[in-house]
Amino acid sequence: MLDVQTFVGLSKDLSAGLCIGLGAIGAALGEGYTAGFANKAISQRPEKGGDIAKSMLVGQAMAESAAIFALVIAVLLLFMDVSSAHPLKAFALIGAGLSMGFGAFGSAVGGGYPAAEACLGISRQPAVTGELITNMLIGSAVCQTPSIFAMVISLILMFIGFENEPLHPTWAALIGAGLSIGLSSIGSGIGGGMPAGESCAGIARNPESAGQVTTAMLVGQAVAQTPCIFGLLVSFILIFKVPAATTSIVPAVALLSAGICMGLGGIGPGIGNGYAAQGAVKWISRRLEASGTLTRIMLVGQAVSQSTAIYAMVISLVLIFVL
Amino acid sequence: MAINITGHDIVKAAALLGAGIAMGLGAIGPGVGEGFAAGKACESIGRKPEEAGLITRTMLVGQAVSESTGIYSLVVALLLIFVV
Repeated sequence: MLDVQTFVGLSKDLSAGLCIGLGAIGAALGEGYTAGFANKAISQRPEKGGDIAKSMLVGQAMAESAAIFALVIAVLLLFMDVSSAHPLKAFALIGAGLSMGFGAFGSAVGGGYPAAEACLGISRQPAVTGELITNMLIGSAVCQTPSIFAMVISLILMFIGFENEPLHPTWAALIGAGLSIGLSSIGSGIGGGMPAGESCAGIARNPESAGQVTTAMLVGQAVAQTPCIFGLLVSFILIFKVPAATTSIVPAVALLSAGICMGLGGIGPGIGNGYAAQGAVKWISRRLEASGTLTRIMLVGQAVSQSTAIYAMVISLVLIFVL
Repeated sequence: MAINITGHDIVKAAALLGAGIAMGLGAIGPGVGEGFAAGKACESIGRKPEEAGLITRTMLVGQAVSESTGIYSLVVALLLIFVV
């Protein structure tokens, strides 16, 4: 028979492994993508090799930050003191690991796009190196937002006490809270990276467009963050709503299912919003006079693409509040 | 802490889990697809701004068709929650 301390300790170690194991995937992909494009850029303009290598490293460092968040959470989990923990802590810690592990994926992949396009842009237009690096830094900073949301939820799950809540349905709510923000961050992170990459390419093509391109990129990225904000909302509700104690399995499954629903449902709209913003940013840089129409159509397209995330949120809220 | 599990509970619990998975997975495809349509519409308007009205209309029709699977998922999820 497993005692509570062993159980919580076991889940703490499992969660640390999940957190950094899942969290490392995206950074490796995003940084590899950047390095590939940096090599291409250096082969096109070898005399700018130093600048390109420098901007590659800066971009990779930005993309790395999501994986560093995952590492910090994993180390905190490994060295956490659970000697007098409540059994619910075991599930909260698994939720924390899932949240940060999945949550680091999208931001790190997304951060790779602007870094790659900035390197390529320096080889095309060495004169605008400064503007390209600034734009890349702004774009990849916005890409990190979903992973910061995931880190916030992880820290809340790790350091809040759940002693006054009933064990039975709450365990499922805590795992669901981790899955909701973790999975929905994947789409928003990747979707935020797409317009950021395209805007670096656009500034290299037409340096006069820099102001309008950066503005359109930020608007597109902000809308692409919406699915992970829905995910954050559902996670907060799952963590802070105290469910009634029960002996039936149904309420627990409903809470877990709400987290899975919002998490998976956020992936597609996040990536779709990124595609829409990418197309708009690409052509704003080529045809500045059409930027009003393009921004309007981008927002209409993104709003329609958002609808399935809203359906997923409605189903999650029904699962949480109606049942 | 004894959890009482009856046959009816298992069916209900499986239906609710199925509703979450149905809506969650079902939302991925339409989300990506509609965004792709919007991105291509923006590119086309960039190439030919004078055709913006026609392109927007076509984009919305295409997105509405792409939305259909998302609505199927929503209907199935609601059936699983309230009818099963």
